[in-house]
This record gives sequence, structure tokens and C-alpha cells, in this order.
Amino acid sequence: MPLAAHDASVPVVVDEAKCIAAKGCTVCVDVCPLDVLAIDLVRGSAFMKYDECWYCMPCEVDCPTGAVKVNIPYLLR
Amino acid sequence: MSDPETQTIEADVLVIGGGTGGPMAAIRAKEANPNLRVVLLEKANVKRSGAISMGMDGLNNAVIPGYATPEQYVKEITIANDGIVHQKALLAYANGSYDMIRYLDKLDVRFEKDGAGDYAVRKVHHMGTYVLPMPEGHHVKKVLYRQLRRLRIGVINRYMATRLLRGADGRIGGAIGVNTRTSEFLVIRARTVVLACGAAGRLGLPASGYLFGTYENAANCGDGHAMAYHAGAALANLECYQINPLIKDYNGPSCAYVTGPFGGYTANNKGNRFIECDYWSGQMMLEFWRELESGNGPVFLNMRHLAPETIGEIETILHSNERPSRGRFHARRGTDYRHRMVEMHISEIGFCAGHSASGVWADERAQTTVPGLYAVGDMASVPHNYMLGAFVNGAIAGQEAARFCAEVDLPMPDAEMLAAEQARVLAPTRRADGLTPFEVEYKTRRLVNDYLAPPKITAKMRIAQERFAEIREDLDSLVARDPHELMRALEVQSILDCADMAAAASLYRTESRWGFYHFRVDYPETDNDDWFCHSLLCKDAEGRMAHRKRAVDSYVVPVDATEMTAYQKLRIAPAQEAA
Repeated sequence: MPLAAHDASVPVVVDEAKCIAAKGCTVCVDVCPLDVLAIDLVRGSAFMKYDECWYCMPCEVDCPTGAVKVNIPYLLR
Repeated sequence: MSDPETQTIEADVLVIGGGTGGPMAAIRAKEANPNLRVVLLEKANVKRSGAISMGMDGLNNAVIPGYATPEQYVKEITIANDGIVHQKALLAYANGSYDMIRYLDKLDVRFEKDGAGDYAVRKVHHMGTYVLPMPEGHHVKKVLYRQLRRLRIGVINRYMATRLLRGADGRIGGAIGVNTRTSEFLVIRARTVVLACGAAGRLGLPASGYLFGTYENAANCGDGHAMAYHAGAALANLECYQINPLIKDYNGPSCAYVTGPFGGYTANNKGNRFIECDYWSGQMMLEFWRELESGNGPVFLNMRHLAPETIGEIETILHSNERPSRGRFHARRGTDYRHRMVEMHISEIGFCAGHSASGVWADERAQTTVPGLYAVGDMASVPHNYMLGAFVNGAIAGQEAARFCAEVDLPMPDAEMLAAEQARVLAPTRRADGLTPFEVEYKTRRLVNDYLAPPKITAKMRIAQERFAEIREDLDSLVARDPHELMRALEVQSILDCADMAAAASLYRTESRWGFYHFRVDYPETDNDDWFCHSLLCKDAEGRMAHRKRAVDSYVVPVDATEMTAYQKLRIAPAQEAA
């Protein structure tokens, strides 16, 4: 069976102006229990790669620059 | 994906799961013998993994001298769990409870104290007083991590254990793990293994349809239950599901344990109380469900009558601990505790001894039925365990494992089994197209809701088994395009195993027990003559799911027959309700 892409709005938003992933920071990626965040090497910032958020918030709380915001996923808002 | 590399390491004590009980098992094993090679394997990162990722807002089962005795606690949980308990394990927990609180206190976990410096214990349970608030409980994981570092415990993050190894004599021999970011294989040969993989929390589908909007940390998907099953360990009373009263749509508690001692209470749509006690039990959930179905629903948590200062205090606890995003959820809908009741609903089903009673059989020494294998926390069978139970039983398992591994050698893993497991694990990476883990998981869990959630009906559960068998064939079409998807593809296989176990265990016990948790419409009565026993499920020699009964050991704390029904009288009498 061929696969089709399925787009979704994601709950975790990263402020690229504040994110210091370009300097080597990976704190939010490291602490995520579901491993849904990744670093975009071209943009030099973290982003939510997989729509599998538990909205638990370590990424937001542990971010050293306050760049990460966890919203409630749309389906349960 | 090209074939990943396999590395082999050795350990004396291998702990699988770095959430709550796992780190404590590793800590206590190392404290018992600093020369031991203790390895802590974690699917995520121990800094923020497991049920207490964001800390905990209180102890729900603190047995503190002056407030409660271990015997009172054992009695309370025996009654709350309709008598089907291994009391020796409850007593071992209760006896270790106070020492563990003091140990955690020494490590700088903060508990609420009164002006005199004594623990400020509150009453939430039906009978006794066991709840100790933790307004500053958000830092529990940091404290644990510091202790792991201090003791130089070997932590391996981002490796998911897939199967346990057993030696030729049947003893435990270690585990196989796969890296969730590279798919590299790791064989860990070990003298002892402590399973601490958390609840099977990704079993039912939340009503929102969002796969990861589960009550439990969604990483806790039943890997431990599945691994124990495939290693031949017995699982106990799986038909005693976990179902929780949660905030509608937001799958976290409202939470009555926190607000109850301040005067908050569960109410129906008329604002009236309908249950005597907000402590979570199957009986309480049955009354909750009846109220939802009665036309008096929805059910709410009411705090509107409380003083503004009290509400402020509640907000500080609930919006900064355990599930802090609930504050954000309420804010978006304009729910202010001062003016509006919080709408609540019933959660999806799962297996979790933390709140309920089912899991891998573990006795008073945290031993499973496989020599050298221990199980603790939400996945082990000690009822109403909560966070403190995971710590205490983790400590017991760590000490027992340290003792046991001094007596035994390192079993040799079976090369054939290793090769077969590698083939099973990597199969989804060998396909270019097929079914995604998302689809297979959604379908499995949707069927769990449709056919397995109570009220349990025999005909429906049999249909579930047919559908699950079809999905089992579909597993041969699973496709994983990267290591992350491979992790999900492996998880869905654990989820399907747990779904099959939930159906089989529920069909086996032909009575109703534990209120809503095992409410069988075809067998509505509790049948103490035939079913006052544990039900054990395990894999037989032919690889089939087999069941047997295990008698309840004689009680070490006697319970009077008149007290035994206390939890069956939770509904407030109609006259009282109207008043």
C-alpha cells in the first residue's frame, strides 16, 4: 500500500529568535519523553517533528532561553 | 535502513525503566553493594521520563506514625480492592513507607509540614488518613537524577528494551534493546533484571481521538507487560482495569485528592454530591459512571464555594506540578475554579497498579514468577501503589536483586533467540510501503474502546478477539521509515499484546468485582465461592495465553466481614443527597 502524508497543526511552538540550537543547545530534544522534537540544522532551531505530544512541558520549563511554548493540542482544546 | 550494529554489555543488575521505581531500584542496589555493575536503561531520558516527568503534587499513600499504622493501611487497601490482595506485599510496602519518606526528605524532596515541622497529612480515603501534599513536588526527578549521578550508576538513555533474555535453566539472563534514534542493537547480559516500565497507558483511546492524550505518560504503553509475558512471567488480575475520573478532554485529574482536603468535592449537574469519598476505587468509578449515565451528568469538581485564598493555593499546586498544562487548558476555555465547576469524565482503560491493582505478579520481595526477574511500580501487581509504592517497592527490588546476583553466574543468551528477535524488530524497516504504526495503533485502541471498556459484555469481547487476531496478521505489513517510527511500530506490538491480555483476562473471570473495573453484564454478581482468588495469565509452552487461579494467601492483617463492604457503600443515600 502506498503511503500518503497526513498534516496536522502541532502543539509545541519554538520562537526561532530565542532558540539557541545553532549554538549546540539540545535541551528540549533531550528531555522530551516522547522524543517528538528535533533540531532543524538549516534554520538552526528546534521544532516539533512528530505529532505525538503529551503536553507535559519539560521542553518549555527546561529551555534556557524561554523559546519553547507548549499549547494544548487542537483535538482536545 | 542498513543493518544496525549490535553491541553486547554485561551487568549485575539491569533496571529497565528510569521513571520512579526504576531509579530507586538502581540506587538501592548500588547502595547495597557499590561494586555491582548497575545499569539503568531508559526509552526516553531519565531526567524527565515516566509518570512523574513533571513531579508529583502529593503522596497518596503515606503511612506516617501518628496518623496511620501499616496494619490500618493494609486493611484499607484490602477492602478498597474487594479482598483480592497479596497482603504480605501491601504490608512490606506499608512498613517501608515512612522510612522512604524520610529518605526522600533527606535527598531534598519537599513535603508539606506544619508549623512544628511535622508532616501535614490529610484525609482523602474512605477510612484512614494517608495523603501528604507536595506543593513543591515539581523537582522530584531532579533529586533522583542527582542521586543517580552521585552513585555513578550507568544510565543508558534512548534505548527501548524489546524482549527479556532467559538462561537455559529458565533464570533471567538480561534484555535486548534498540536505540530509538539509530536502531542500533544492544544486548545486555545480566544476572538480575528489574522491570519498571510503568503502566500500560496507551491501551484505550481517549475520547478526543488524540493517541497521545492519555492519562498516563504516553511513553508507558505496556512494553513491560508484553516483555514479562513473552518471558513467561505471570500477570495478575489484568481484568481489574485502571479507569480514572479526569478533566473532560484534558486527560489529567482535576484533582479531588488535592482539592478534597481544602473542601472541593465531586458533584453532579445539579451541584449535589453523590459519592461519600473521592478516593479512586472501582466502586467509586461505578458510581461515577452511573451518575454520568443517569441524566444527572456531566460530573464536575466543585470548588466555587471556597475562599479566594484557598483557590489561589490550589491553583499553585495544580498548575505547577505533575500536569501543569491543565492550567493552560482551563484558561483557554475560561474555566476559573472560583466561578465554574470543572467538567470531568471517565478516562480510557489501562493497566496500572499505581491506581488500581493489575500487573506483573510481584510478591513482598518484588519477585515475579521468573527467577531473577523483579517488577515494581505501575506495572507490578501491588495494588494502589502510587508514586511512593514505586519508590518503596523499587528499593525492595534493588536490595533483593543485589543479594540474588551475588549467588548466581551470568546466563548465556540463546543465539537463535537473539537472531529471531533482531529479525522481528527490524522487519518494519525492510518494507518500502505497508501500514503505518499510527494506523495500526489507532485501530487497535479504537477497538479496545468499542469492545473491552466496561460494562463488559461477553459477545463484544469475543468480537474484539477476532479483530485483534486480524490485526496481528497485519503486523507483517507494518512499515517504519526511520528509527522513531520503528519505536512506534514496536510499541504497537506491545499495545496489541496488552489488548489481547485485557480481553482474555476479562473473559476468564466469570463474575463482577472491583466496581466498574470488572463489571461483567453477563455475570453481574460477585462470586466469592468461585472467584475469591487472583487470576494469573501467562504464556504456556505452546505459546498460547493460559490462565490459572491463585488462592489469596491468608491475611496477615485480619479484616472483619462487616468492614469488608465499606467501599461498596460509597453512594450518598437519596434523602441525604436531596438535603
